[in-house]
Amino acid sequence: MTGKPKISMYWAASCGGCEIALVNINEKIIDLDANFDFMFCPCLLDTKKQEIKELPDESIFITFFNGGIRTEENEEMAHLLRKKSKILIAFGSCAYEGCIPALANLSSREELFKTVYLDNPSIDNPHGILPVPESDVAEGELEIPLFYDTLRTLSQVVDVDYFIPGCPPEPKQIWKVVELVLSGASLPPKKSVIGAGKSSVCEECDRKKSEKMVEKFFRNYEIIPEKEKCLLEQGLICMGIATRDGCGALCPKVNMPCTGCYGPPEGVLDQGAKMVSALGSIIDISDIKGLSEEKIIEKINSTIESIPDPAGLFYKYSLADSLLKRRVAQ
Amino acid sequence: MQNSFFIKKKENSNADAFNSGTKKSCETVSFEPKIIGFLCNWCSYAGADKAGTAQKPYPPNVSVIRVMCSGRIDPQFILDAFQKGADGVMVLACHPGDCHYKEGNYRAVQRYRLLLKLLKQFGIEAERCRFDYVSAGEGDRFVSVINETVKAVKKLGPLKR
Repeated sequence: MTGKPKISMYWAASCGGCEIALVNINEKIIDLDANFDFMFCPCLLDTKKQEIKELPDESIFITFFNGGIRTEENEEMAHLLRKKSKILIAFGSCAYEGCIPALANLSSREELFKTVYLDNPSIDNPHGILPVPESDVAEGELEIPLFYDTLRTLSQVVDVDYFIPGCPPEPKQIWKVVELVLSGASLPPKKSVIGAGKSSVCEECDRKKSEKMVEKFFRNYEIIPEKEKCLLEQGLICMGIATRDGCGALCPKVNMPCTGCYGPPEGVLDQGAKMVSALGSIIDISDIKGLSEEKIIEKINSTIESIPDPAGLFYKYSLADSLLKRRVAQ
Repeated sequence: MQNSFFIKKKENSNADAFNSGTKKSCETVSFEPKIIGFLCNWCSYAGADKAGTAQKPYPPNVSVIRVMCSGRIDPQFILDAFQKGADGVMVLACHPGDCHYKEGNYRAVQRYRLLLKLLKQFGIEAERCRFDYVSAGEGDRFVSVINETVKAVKKLGPLKR
C-alpha cells in the first residue's frame, strides 16, 4: 500500500540459502526496507499467491527468483512472476544454471524416485508408494505438482533480465546490485550477469602461482595444502581457473579449493569442458614423453584415477546450463 | 516421436552424404551417422589428403574440420558437436613426439582421456568419441580409422537427445 517500488523474492527448487544471503546484508536490510516495499517472499513473509495474481502486470519492480524449475508449480510461479515483474533476476546459482538440484539431470526421474522413495536406507515405504500428480484419498482427490524429468534453469522457461551468480550470492554483491538500482544509474544491458566480475577466481586469489605441472591429483581430505601456494599446483582440483570472479576467492583463502559456484567466466559456454581443458593443460607431460601410445593411455588414466566423478565435480553448479544439459536418453 | 526423429535424421544425413536432393524414400537406406572429425593441420589432415590423392575410398560420414593442432581442440567443441546433432566425434593427432608444436598432442590426449570419463556419465558411449594418431604419410591408416569409427557409430545408432 506504500508508494515505494515493490520488491519480491521467490524460491523454486532451492535450499533457502539465497534468502539467508539476502538477510545477510545485515543492517542494510533497513535501507532496503526504506526504499522498497518488500512484499512477497514465502520464506519470510505471509503474502499469498492469490495476492500476486491480483496485482496489475509489471507492478513488482524487481523479483529475485532463486531455485531451478523442477516441478509444474515452479514453472507456474516463474510465468506468474515474469508477468508481474518489471525486472526478473535469476538470483543465485540454481536459477542461473541449475546448481546442486541439477546434478539429478544425470539420472532419470524413475531412478530418482527409486532412490529417494524406495531404496533410501532411512525410508519406510512397505507399499512402495511413489508420488503421482493425482491421487484419491478418503477426503477427496489430492493434487500435487508434476515432477519433471529434467531440471531447467529459469531462463530456459521464461525471459530473464539479469543473472546474479553464486551459491549463495555474496551479500556485498547483492547490496551492490541494490545500490546500483537505487542510484538511478542506467542498468547494464539485458541478459548480463551482474553482481560479479568477468574474469576468473584466480584473479582475486592471492595465492602464489607459478608454472603448473601436476603429477597427481588429490581429494580434499588426502592432503593438508601449503598456505601460500596455488591449490591447483598442489594437486587439489580447484575450480577457480574455470569460475567467474566476484566472491573474493573466499574458499581458497581458507585452504579450500573453489568448487565453482559463480559459474563460468564471461564468454565461456561450458564450465565443465573448460575445466577438462585446463586440467589437460596442467598434468605434467614429462612422464608420458617417449612412452608408447598404449602406455600413454595407462599413465594418464592412473593420473586421473583420483577424479572418480568428473561430471559431479566440474558441473557441481552448472549442469542444467551446460552444453549437454543432462544425460542423453538411454 | 522418437521414430520420426530417427527417420528425419536418416533423410538428412543421407542428403548430406550423397548430396542428393531427389531421394524420397528412406526405407531402403540404413542409418548414416553424422560424424565430426577434428584433424590436425600438420599430420592427420595431410594424411587425409594423402588418402584422397591416392583415391582410396572411405565412407562420406565424417565432416572434417581442420585445426592447427589437436591441442587447440577445446572440449567445448566436442560437446557442442554432440549437442548440435553429431552422432560421433573424432580427434586425429600427430603421433607422440611428432607434434609440430612439440606437445600439443600430449595435451590433446590428456584432455581426451578425462573427457571420455565425463561423457560416460552423460550416457555417451566411448565409441562415439574417438581419439587416434594419423601421420602425414598414413593415408591407409586414415581410411581404416574412418572405417572403424563409422562402423562403430552405425552399430550404436543415432545419439538420442
